[in-house]
Amino acid sequence: MRKILHSDCNSFYASVECLYRPEIRNKPVAVGGDPTKRHGIVLTKNDIAKKYGIKTGQTIWQARQLCPDLVVVEPNFPLYMRFSQMAKKIYLEYTDRVESFGLDEAWLDVTGNVNMRDNGFSIAKDISRRIKNELGITVSIGVSYNKVFSKLGSDYKKPDAITQITKDNYKRTAWTLPVGDLLYVGRATQKKLREMGIYTIGELANSNPVMLKNIFGKWGDLLYSFSNGYDMSPVKKYSETDEIKSIGNSTTTPKDLCNDQDVKIVVCILSDSVARRMRERGFKGKTVSVSVRDTGLVSFTRQKKLDDYTNITSEIAESAMELFRNSYGWSRPIRSLGISMSDFVGEDYSCQMNIFEDQSRKNKLERIDKTVDALKKRFGSSVVYPASVLLDRELSGFDPIKDHTIHPVGYF
Amino acid sequence: MNEKKFIDVIAYYDSDGNISPLIIRWENGEEYEIDKITDIRNAASLKSGGAGVRYTCRIRGQLRYLFLDDNRWFIEKIH
Repeated sequence: MRKILHSDCNSFYASVECLYRPEIRNKPVAVGGDPTKRHGIVLTKNDIAKKYGIKTGQTIWQARQLCPDLVVVEPNFPLYMRFSQMAKKIYLEYTDRVESFGLDEAWLDVTGNVNMRDNGFSIAKDISRRIKNELGITVSIGVSYNKVFSKLGSDYKKPDAITQITKDNYKRTAWTLPVGDLLYVGRATQKKLREMGIYTIGELANSNPVMLKNIFGKWGDLLYSFSNGYDMSPVKKYSETDEIKSIGNSTTTPKDLCNDQDVKIVVCILSDSVARRMRERGFKGKTVSVSVRDTGLVSFTRQKKLDDYTNITSEIAESAMELFRNSYGWSRPIRSLGISMSDFVGEDYSCQMNIFEDQSRKNKLERIDKTVDALKKRFGSSVVYPASVLLDRELSGFDPIKDHTIHPVGYF
Repeated sequence: MNEKKFIDVIAYYDSDGNISPLIIRWENGEEYEIDKITDIRNAASLKSGGAGVRYTCRIRGQLRYLFLDDNRWFIEKIH
């Protein structure tokens, strides 16, 4: 049986702020958007503010109506990132299977790290104590045999608590909870379930799976298995989810590059590789960097911010080319060239529509990239390429993905 | 000593990246040599408000906590 923990930092942003400002610890505190403006919203609140009925997502002025003495603190994200990293460092001392869920939550698979009789409770106790001592904040931890139940466990009792949901007690614990507490059951699903007379997780678990499937499709199977504790999804390894801050490729070219035309060929190939790897991982990036090393071994890196997040090959190639033209005066021929993208968001990030830009053109380019990706996956990287690379086969005849000439940012 | 005050510190960085504070310099310019570091661990300071690496230092016969919080130093009295 697996041993899964879910650790949740209680009122994370507010707790960190209260640690750093002893003078507000005994007051109602909300962390939220610019308090001088009316439109700021509450991101987190401490337990005292909770008692006034203040909720996450409320506007600051609504919250102030509930509690005139509310202390509103502007968020300090770099500080929260640091605390998130500090917590993760502690988790990683127990297992490399640490999967973050936002800044303040993480799953840990500790199956291999405790003896047979221990279900992970001893590690949970250890982690809870260390976070308190080393970070000065508290966590709630759920201990269970799958991810869904361990998350229910961490929500079960707050703050500073450990809840075990075992095969022996899940009917008494998990099943008594409202169905909306289950991971991925949002308001819409909850409403439909309520119409079916399903209010608790236990009622969902004991409902007819065929009926669930008829109403929710595949999703119905998932709900049924989640509520019965059948969830088998693994806790991802730390490096699979985090820490990718940039994707780049560079190459020392087969012959020196002597003009913009030569550079364009190499830029095309490198951008194609970088963009494809970003699409594979589901990223869009906003900062493009170009690294150049000339035949005198003098090198430099230039970067610029794009107007919008992208993973479109042609857009990345064009901006890299523009950046190159603006930063190199051809004092010497070029020996090696690199392109990288950073400043990532998920590709489902809703982009700000630009009034000067044709969104349907962007959509088209994205569809082309998708199609070309599928072709390349099946037939190899050289099956489709821009005509410009045909100008010099010697320069374009390398495959950056296969050759794995991958460097972290700042390698040069 | 409840108020958190950042101070100047002269420190030694070894080739492994370990940092050992050697001398602290008070606001008025007075310097105090750290005679011995008896403990180093990650810790939060509830009293002063902060978290980072905590050095337990003996300075002129007295024990003090010296915190390296991100990249700034502050000191706390041990009760």
